[in-house]
Amino acid sequence: MNQQLTRSQRLSRLDVKASPYLYISPFFILFFIVGLFPLVYTAWVSVHDWHLIGGQGEMVGLTNYIDVLQQPNFFKALRNTFSIFLLSSVPQVLAAIVIAYLLDTNLRAKTFWRMGVLLPYVVAPVAVSLIFAKIFADQSGLVNAVLEILGTSPIGWHADPFAAHVAIATMVNFRWTGYNALIFLAAMQAIPREIYEAAIIDGANRWRTFFSVTVPMLRPTIIFVVITSTIGGLQIFDEPRMFDTLGQGGADRQWMTLTMYIYELGWGAQKSFGRAAAVSWLLFLIIIAVGVINFLITRSISSSSSGKAGR
Amino acid sequence: MRAAIRNLAAVACVGALLTACSSGNGTTPDATQNGSASADPNEKVTLTVATFNEFGYEELFEEYMADNPNVTIEARKAATSNEARDNMNTRLAAGSGLADIEAIEIDWLTELMQYPDKFVDLADPELDGRWLDWKSAAVTTEDGKVIGYGTDIGPEAICYRADLFEKAGFPTDREEVADLLEGDWDTYFNVGKDFVAKSGGVAWFDSASATFQGMVNQVENPFENSDGTPIPLSENDEIKAIYDDIATAATDDNLSAGLAQWSEDWTNAFQTDKFATMLCPGWMLGVIEGNAQGVEGWDIANVFPGGGGNWGGSYLTVPEQGANHEQAKKLAAWLTAPEQQIKAFQAKGTFPSQVEALEDPALLDQTNAFFNDAPTGQILAERAKAIEVAPFKGPNYFALAQLVTDALNRLDVEGTDDAAGSWDKALEAYNALGLS
Repeated sequence: MNQQLTRSQRLSRLDVKASPYLYISPFFILFFIVGLFPLVYTAWVSVHDWHLIGGQGEMVGLTNYIDVLQQPNFFKALRNTFSIFLLSSVPQVLAAIVIAYLLDTNLRAKTFWRMGVLLPYVVAPVAVSLIFAKIFADQSGLVNAVLEILGTSPIGWHADPFAAHVAIATMVNFRWTGYNALIFLAAMQAIPREIYEAAIIDGANRWRTFFSVTVPMLRPTIIFVVITSTIGGLQIFDEPRMFDTLGQGGADRQWMTLTMYIYELGWGAQKSFGRAAAVSWLLFLIIIAVGVINFLITRSISSSSSGKAGR
Repeated sequence: MRAAIRNLAAVACVGALLTACSSGNGTTPDATQNGSASADPNEKVTLTVATFNEFGYEELFEEYMADNPNVTIEARKAATSNEARDNMNTRLAAGSGLADIEAIEIDWLTELMQYPDKFVDLADPELDGRWLDWKSAAVTTEDGKVIGYGTDIGPEAICYRADLFEKAGFPTDREEVADLLEGDWDTYFNVGKDFVAKSGGVAWFDSASATFQGMVNQVENPFENSDGTPIPLSENDEIKAIYDDIATAATDDNLSAGLAQWSEDWTNAFQTDKFATMLCPGWMLGVIEGNAQGVEGWDIANVFPGGGGNWGGSYLTVPEQGANHEQAKKLAAWLTAPEQQIKAFQAKGTFPSQVEALEDPALLDQTNAFFNDAPTGQILAERAKAIEVAPFKGPNYFALAQLVTDALNRLDVEGTDDAAGSWDKALEAYNALGLS
């Protein structure tokens, strides 16, 4: 029978089959242009001698990768990136959940508080960096002035790597905690109230409901926030670059992150796009690896906390 | 947080789009234009001019547009020379996006000299002898191509705090101070030791790396041989000797206030009497005045350790990728003429590099109220004439100077390493550059 389809029937069948692809194609076309193509092109650049101004040179295979892995600055940048990432992302996600929980309770002037936590996110990162540069200045900064009043010795915020990381992580946390808190808040409000009521009737206190109801129910959101802040945290650039006026991450590269290292390789002394592209690809692989690890950890943590008799 | 293209965003366009002044009072601009040789001199063109910091060109642009009604000038201004350099490199690489006239700084001129094809040849026999010899020699390639017209230079003198000198029982008069400091760098450091012993905690100079700048600008071949090949840092005895001198002065003798120039601490230190002298090229006077607002006692002495020294200075170039080469060249030549550069000097204190301008009464009569009415024009003109050496800055100058600056900052500002350890790290970083 179906050999004798009319023209309009054939059209409508094509419509059913092809239209969905057409509707989702804008995303994929856009992704191809701004996502996939740069990714592949960067890989192409990374196996060449490629000078910033001189342009494409010879194909050199993996030499750029080997060169970069032999530079001590690469590992310094890797260390700094992970240190700043952990110092920012971990407290940030924890604080965001707590803040969201507080905002979810019955507060007066709810909208005011909710807008308030988002305010730092509106401030441009460069402006944040300028303000925090004043606060964390080594000789004339606010923090060291307070420390002096308290009788402790001042901290070399721009000298000691760990202190520098803490200072930079503070800027990141200042900017992103409220943003993440709002995402958590939205997820919390989607948790059915009946579950809380049932828990309370069963005699659970506030802590118990938080750990046994709220956190497990937030699991997908936690995974989302952890992964986005991992990607963001490993690509951190503005804050460390603006941490001093030279923007190279300190004389000893105490706070040079991987993205700053990419910038230094490509636009700084070496002007080698080849090496910069190689580090970009290494960073890409690192982010994927960390993302997968994160995913596995968060999945097991939030599922086990629902299973465990709440600690 | 997300990787942002800071350098592009920061190049703020200060579009001075002043459409030619009302047509009613046109005072026959044609008279000034008769000499121009381009194909159609009255063709409407828009010229973009990219500068950084303060070139003092704002009023000159308006003047030029009034004289040439067919030309509209759009000004782009980057906040710092580093931003301008990043922008320049990126867009040179991309092959588009540069302004018709791009200002460049002497320190990164040499990396661009490797690619003379990217710039229009500006050689013009009529302009021979307009600039100080060493100024124009730096932008001339071996086969005689000229890629830039000189704008300003940075002849260095010593700025000092007369009030702090007085407290330490030192002479305060600028002539006496000049006599006191006359000599080489050892003299400067020795007087400093004497000063620090009596000053009660005030350091002699602000920053080890800034002092290094001053010393290195007197070395003929600081980091590279004249053919452009780098001198391995481990074999560079001249730089090592300078490094050791400054390291000793900064740490063992406590002459340094331990500040990185342009940092928050450095800016604040002007208000808190942290140091008594600093090397000051002409353009630094405005910076000091801004940072030290309300502080009385700054003065400037007509002296510089080891003779003369130049720090900084710029050129105007016409990139090949632009569309209006002829018109851009004409504007660049006009802007860098002595008469115009004198006006820029009066506006923003950029010290002219043109021979004729150095004799101009408008320059020589210039005094500076903030520096105790010092005859700054006269002093800087004499400092400019004392400059004997134009250091050779090859393609890797920027990178190599940064290594030693980093090393000095490690021991002077951050205090994380001693002199020997910090030098070793510089050698390590040199190897990482992979130049040889």
